[in-house]
Order: sequence, then C-alpha cells, then structure tokens
Amino acid sequence: MTQTLVRLDAPASPPRSSGRARVVAFWSLAVLVPLLFLGLFFAWPVAVMIGKGFVVDGRVDLSGFAEVFSDPRTWRIIGLTVAQASLGTTISVLLGVPGAYLLYRHSFRGRSVLRALVTVPFVLPTVVVGVAFRSLLVDGGPLGFLHLDGTFAAIVAALVFFNYAVVVRAVGGLWERLDPRAEQAARALGASPWKAFRTVTLPSLAPAIASAASLTFLFCATAFGTVLVLGGLQFGTIETEIWIQTTQFLDLRAAAVLSVVQLVVVAAVLVVAGRARSRRERALALSSQTSRPLSLRRPPGLPPGDGHAMSLAAAAVTAVVVVLIATPLVNLVVRSLHTPRGWSFDNYTALGTTGGSLTVTVWQAALNSLRIAVDATTIALLVGGLVALVVSRRPRRPAARRAVGGLDALFMLPLGVSAVTVGFGFLLSMHHPFGLPVDLRTSPLLVPIAQAVVAVPLVVRTVLPVLRAIDPRLREAAATLGASPFRVLRTVDLSLGLRAFGLAVGFAFAASLGEFGATSFLARPDRPTLPVVIFRLIGRPGPQNYGMALAASVVLAVLTTIVVATCEKLRTAGPGGDW
Amino acid sequence: MTLTIDDVVVRYGSATAVDRVSLSVHSGEVVALLGPSGCGKSSLLRAVAGLEPLAAGSVRWDGSSLAGVPVHRRGFGLMFQDGQLFAHRSVSGNVGYGLPRGASVDALLDLVGLAGFGGRSVETLSGGERQRVALARALAPQPRLLLLDEPLSALDRTLRERLAVDLRAALVATGTTALFVTHDHDEAFAVADRVGVMSGGRLLQVATPTDLWRSPASREVASFLGYEAFVHASAQAAAPLREALGSRLEDDATIALAEGAFVVGRAGVAKGTVTGVASRRGRSEVRVEVDGIGAVTALGPVGGRWATGDVVELGVEPDALAVLPL
Repeated sequence: MTQTLVRLDAPASPPRSSGRARVVAFWSLAVLVPLLFLGLFFAWPVAVMIGKGFVVDGRVDLSGFAEVFSDPRTWRIIGLTVAQASLGTTISVLLGVPGAYLLYRHSFRGRSVLRALVTVPFVLPTVVVGVAFRSLLVDGGPLGFLHLDGTFAAIVAALVFFNYAVVVRAVGGLWERLDPRAEQAARALGASPWKAFRTVTLPSLAPAIASAASLTFLFCATAFGTVLVLGGLQFGTIETEIWIQTTQFLDLRAAAVLSVVQLVVVAAVLVVAGRARSRRERALALSSQTSRPLSLRRPPGLPPGDGHAMSLAAAAVTAVVVVLIATPLVNLVVRSLHTPRGWSFDNYTALGTTGGSLTVTVWQAALNSLRIAVDATTIALLVGGLVALVVSRRPRRPAARRAVGGLDALFMLPLGVSAVTVGFGFLLSMHHPFGLPVDLRTSPLLVPIAQAVVAVPLVVRTVLPVLRAIDPRLREAAATLGASPFRVLRTVDLSLGLRAFGLAVGFAFAASLGEFGATSFLARPDRPTLPVVIFRLIGRPGPQNYGMALAASVVLAVLTTIVVATCEKLRTAGPGGDW
Repeated sequence: MTLTIDDVVVRYGSATAVDRVSLSVHSGEVVALLGPSGCGKSSLLRAVAGLEPLAAGSVRWDGSSLAGVPVHRRGFGLMFQDGQLFAHRSVSGNVGYGLPRGASVDALLDLVGLAGFGGRSVETLSGGERQRVALARALAPQPRLLLLDEPLSALDRTLRERLAVDLRAALVATGTTALFVTHDHDEAFAVADRVGVMSGGRLLQVATPTDLWRSPASREVASFLGYEAFVHASAQAAAPLREALGSRLEDDATIALAEGAFVVGRAGVAKGTVTGVASRRGRSEVRVEVDGIGAVTALGPVGGRWATGDVVELGVEPDALAVLPL
C-alpha cells in the first residue's frame, strides 16, 4: 500500500432529486399486480363458488351447514382426510429424517443420483402416482397378493411416496449447514451420539421438521388426483368429495360447505407452518457444508459407540425406502411394455391414436400440456417472483412488517384451497365476469392462469428463502457505493435470486404439467391436457385403454422429471430453499 | 468539505442508541469513534450513511442538510466489519462496482497491496485479503467521506496491527476524509487524527490521541482508555505521584494511573506487595497492591523474579499519569 492514488478533485456527484417517486411506484406495482391476480383469479372464483352454495334466491341461506354436518358421510370424509393426512405425515417424517441424515450429512458415491431419485415422486403428477400404485397393487399386479388395491393403506403409502422428498429436502437442507460444533460440544460434555442427536441436533432441526410436516399435512389433506384414482368411491378426502358433490351429485351447497371446511383446515395448518418458518429463520449457527464419508465398515480409528451404528441404521432405513420408491416407478414402465401379445411398444404406438374414445391423440394432449405449462410458468414466475421480492423486505414500521407477513400467508392459500373449487369457480365466474359482455371461459389463457394460481406458492417458497438469506448489509454496501435502489435490486437481489430461479421454473412447470384438479374442469374437450387424458383412459374399460394410460403416465413422468432435473442443474449452490 | 453532526438522536423503538451527539469531521481528517460494544457508535455511523433515520438533530455536509438525500446519492462510502463482498462477483467486479463500467481497478488493487488479484473469486481470499478488497471497493468511487464500521475487528491481532498501519497509509495517500468506528484503542490511536470516546449513546470526549491520553475529560473516559487506578491528589498516598508530576495541582484534582505508572526496581518512592506476575512480550508485569491506591500493574525489567507476597520498591513513571479535573 505504498502506491499513491492521485485523487481527482471532483468529489462524488452532488445530490440530485432522489427518484423516490419511481421507487414508490415500483413497489406499489409489485404489491398490486400479485394482489390483483390473486383477487381476480383466486379469491373471486372461490367466493362465487361458495356463494352459489349459500345464496338461494338472493338470500343468504346457511342451512346447508346444518344439513351437510348432519350427514354421517361428511364426518366420515373429514375423519378420513385427517386420518390419512396424519398417518401420511407421521410416516413421511419418521422415514424422511433418517433419509435427510444420510443424503445430506454423509458423502458416498451415487449420492446425487439418490437425491434426485427421491425427488422424482414429489414432482410426479398426482394422476401418475395413482396409476403407478394401482398397476402395482391390482389383482395380477406384482404386489396383487397383498390385496391392497383400493384400501386405506394403499392411499397412505402413495401419500408417503409423494411427500417423502418434502421432508428429506427441507430437513436435509438445514441439516447440511448446521454447525456440527454444537453437537461436538455435547459429545465432549459426555453425551452419547444418540443423546447428542436427541438433545442438540433434533431441537435445532425442529423448526425445519415442523415446517416440512405442516406442508406434508397440507399436501396429504388436499390430495386429489392420487386419492381419486386409488380410493374410488369408498375412500376420499374433502377435496375428492367436493369434486364428487359438484360433478356427480350436482350438490353445490354441500360442495360449498366442504370448501369452507377445507379452507378452515388449511388456514389453521398454514398458521402453524408460518410459525415454524419464522422460528426457523431465527439465527441458527450455520456453517458451510459438512459431511463425512459413509462406509459400511467402521472407519479405522473410530471407536465403537461413536455414532457409526446410527449412520448404518439411517442407511438401512433409506435403502428400504429407496427400493419402495423405485418399485412403483419401475413397475409402471414394465407394465406399460406388457401387452396382451407379449412385450411390445404397442401401448406407446397407440399414443399416436385417439384410442377410439379420446377427442385427440395422446401426443397432441402432451403438446397441449407443454404449451399450457410454458404460459402457466411464465405467469407464475412473474407473480411469484414479485411476491417473493416484496415479502423478503423487512420494513421498519411494525404495521408494514405485519402487512408483509400477511401477504406471505395470503399467497400460500392456493397451496391448500381446493383446486376443484378454484376450477369450478372459474367456470362460474368467468362467464360475463363483473357483468362484462365477454366469456373468458373460451379464452386459451384460462387453464394456464388456473395452473399458475396453484404454482405461485411453489415459486414463492423456492425463491423467498434465497432472497431472505441475503444479508441486508450487502444491499447497504451497494447503496453506499452509489447504486440506485433499482441497481441494488438488479445487482444484488436479482443476481442472487437467480440461483433459485432455475428450481422455481422447474417446480412451476412440473406443477402445471401435473395439475389435474382445476384443469379437469377447465380444459376444453378439444384441448385436453395429458393428466386429463390419462384419467379418461383409466375410466374406460378394456386392456387397450389401460395400457395406453400406463404408457401416457410414463411419458408424463419422464417429461416432468426431465424438466425438473434440467432446471435443478441450472441452480448454483446456495442456501437451500424449503424443498 | 466538512461533515457536521448536530445533536443527533437515533432510536430503535423505545431504546435510544445515540443520544444527542455532535461532532464535525474536516476535509482530509480521519476521526475514530471509540467505545465498548453497544455504545451507539455503529448506529451513529449508519445514521451518517443514511441507513438509520434520525429521531432528532441533523447531519450536514458543507452546511447543507442531508435529510432528503438517499444513501446512494450521499457520496459516502461504507466499509463493514465482515466486508460484505458480493460473493457472485470477482475481486475486480467488487472493486469496480461503484465505478463507471469498464473503469480500471488496477491502481486501487495496487493501493491495497493486491495487484494481480483482479480475476480471483472473492471466495478464495483470506480474511485479511477480503478486507483489503472491501477497502479498495469503498475507496474506488472516491467518496467524499468514508465510513468504516470496525473494519479490522474480525481479523487476528497481528494482521490487525499491520492492516491498521496500511489503512492509515491508504487513507492519507488518497486524502480521504474518514469516520471510523472501533472498540480497539490501539487501532483508533494508530489510524485516527482525532478520537471520540462514546459510552451509553453519548459522546464523552473528542481529542487527538495524545491529548486524549494525557488529559481524559472524566474518570469514565480514563477507565475506558485503560487507566486502572484513581487517587485523590490530596491523599497521602498520592505524594510521590504529585512529586513526579512536578506541576502544581488543584487540591480537588484526581490522579489517574495507567499500567506502568509504577516501575519495579527504580529508585523507590513507594512500596507495594506483589500479588501476581505475568509476562507480556518479554516484559514483566507485576500486579502490586499499594496502600492507599489499590491494585495496579507495575512494569519490571526483563528477567525479574518475584514471588507473591514480596514487598517491592516502586518508582513512578510520569508519562503514565494523568490529572483529571475532578
């Protein structure tokens, strides 16, 4: 530092007008655009749908509640929903925590492949999961001897299959960065590996576990496609019941009551999830990633009783889970190649036809799905990105902070509110919306918009943790270097947020490709999506239709997996999101 | 070209972090704010940068208020304790952030002793190198005023002492006006032209390092600077101290004793009982109990041996004495 830097005599530019108006305008837009979107395409359709149930001849009529709640069928459905969600959540957590330990705290060959494999079910369309389990469990299927087809156990198994990744990724993401020295301190104070885990590590992980559990509960309680395919008429959730009441019994009042019930359940779970998340964002001692190599034999120099058994136990549990996850997937592929005249690609060849009962070929439906997904993803990224940006701010005024928190919770609602309600609400509300002489029901954007409503929460939950992890002083450093608020947004928030962007694109795309609840109402008969076509195929008799459904499911699963895998590749290493 | 801080108050909710502080920093001057953690010095710095709203008072540059000027238009640089480098940019991407596109950063890297580091990722740098990059980045846009928030505190002692010298050299070389915050006396004294001592949100005294050391304004300032014992000038135990100071003292003055006010083995004017011995950088520090004054740290010659309970003769070192007005 001996060199002299010649100092120019002109100091930094003198203060000009601050451009504050533009900043205010930007943030106002950032709040208003998502709010308008949510109001128009979520709150209003849901309100119209619920209104239909409670407003009779222009008068509010709440007798529907008494009627629906006096029907034992309602209580049975609510009981079933809670039971299968609780069981599904408990098992997912019990299996997911050892999985997180193995996949995020140990290093071994093939770890990234395993991590990808356990994520596959989460992004699989629900209809595909349903079909995959059916084909495994039906009489004559590889596990037909268990006689599990159409049972409660099959539904719970499918839910665990679907949600295992939620727990593994959420808990693993935190565990990976948890400072191991707290646990080491406990060990040095005389705690056994198990006691150190129970008393130090587990409490640190508790917020992540609680947050993952509440999400899993939410996904289980509102599961639609999977349960509809697996449960038939005997088992169901509130969500499938809404669908049945709406489309089979045409009982809008019952559907409206059930929608309200579901809204209450979802809101309650979201409150719990929000609490868990805010506790999670409390400063935890995090370090850079630490993992130790996994070996089956005790590494030389490691004394007995030093935690090797725990690693082995976790490895064993996870190995079983991985086999269980792989079984339906492999079986789906195998069965799709198994035709009445032996092994052949007949089912795949048939995808180029309408199979006699469809309005379009399956390939055309796949193309529809992709086109719709591109539109839906674009909309979801725009809206979700803005929401994440706004919610990542920590305003100084308590009122503004509460408002930001409220916005966060508000945009989580579509995650749990019945997609069926949204879809049917769209049909009811988009015909002459607000008395305007247009019929939006024929708009090609209707399906993408409905799917975007479902995908927005996923985008927010993926991008938000990354934005929140940015040290506010980084923005301050940029500002003191002369960067305008917009340049700070571009060079700090956007640059770092892009790390999560790839994954957000992947999840939004996968959610759109697999969306079935709302799409089943909204897809025009001449432009069905792939999940709609699959559901139609399995509803029709004959081995040919069933074979086509299997092949189409494989195509949809492969499409989704490729998209998500590509997007995740684009993600640079950074702080882990919620999934 | 003067920063004027006038009766500034910063509040977090109901807690007052900065309590009516006034201070000015002149062109080319380096002023340090010294105080224990939680004394409000960082809050004051952030208020000057425009990152905290003022509850009262004003911050002015050349007489005009900065109240309506947003952070990025103030032309004030800020350097954080942990650098806050942009991890997604290279070294030159960081240093050049505040410069027009394509501007060269070589001279700046040279200035902080990192010539040739431009293409490196900041993730590969050591703690000291990161702070050098942070300094170059903060100096790059030639800020009218550079604010430094504990810039060296995260580094280890040796590195801190070396970088303090380098920091002073870089600030002087670029003629940068700087206000910097630290809890480390040596750092403040090594870098600053003037040092302000803060405690509990108040600014207690501002003076040059020498004046501050020679005549602390109060017992609180003196204790914080490291004066460890205080004795009333009229007390009998203070007689040898009065004699060493030589000057006439007000009767109600207080004499403050820093480490080394007593020296073991010099012509004895007082006696003390040894309570412990430590060695620092070769020299012996002897904890002695002196009647009427209390426990003080006396310096001893290299290689001296004392046992607890020994009674030793003590001489007085006038440079380690200060007279407080009270």
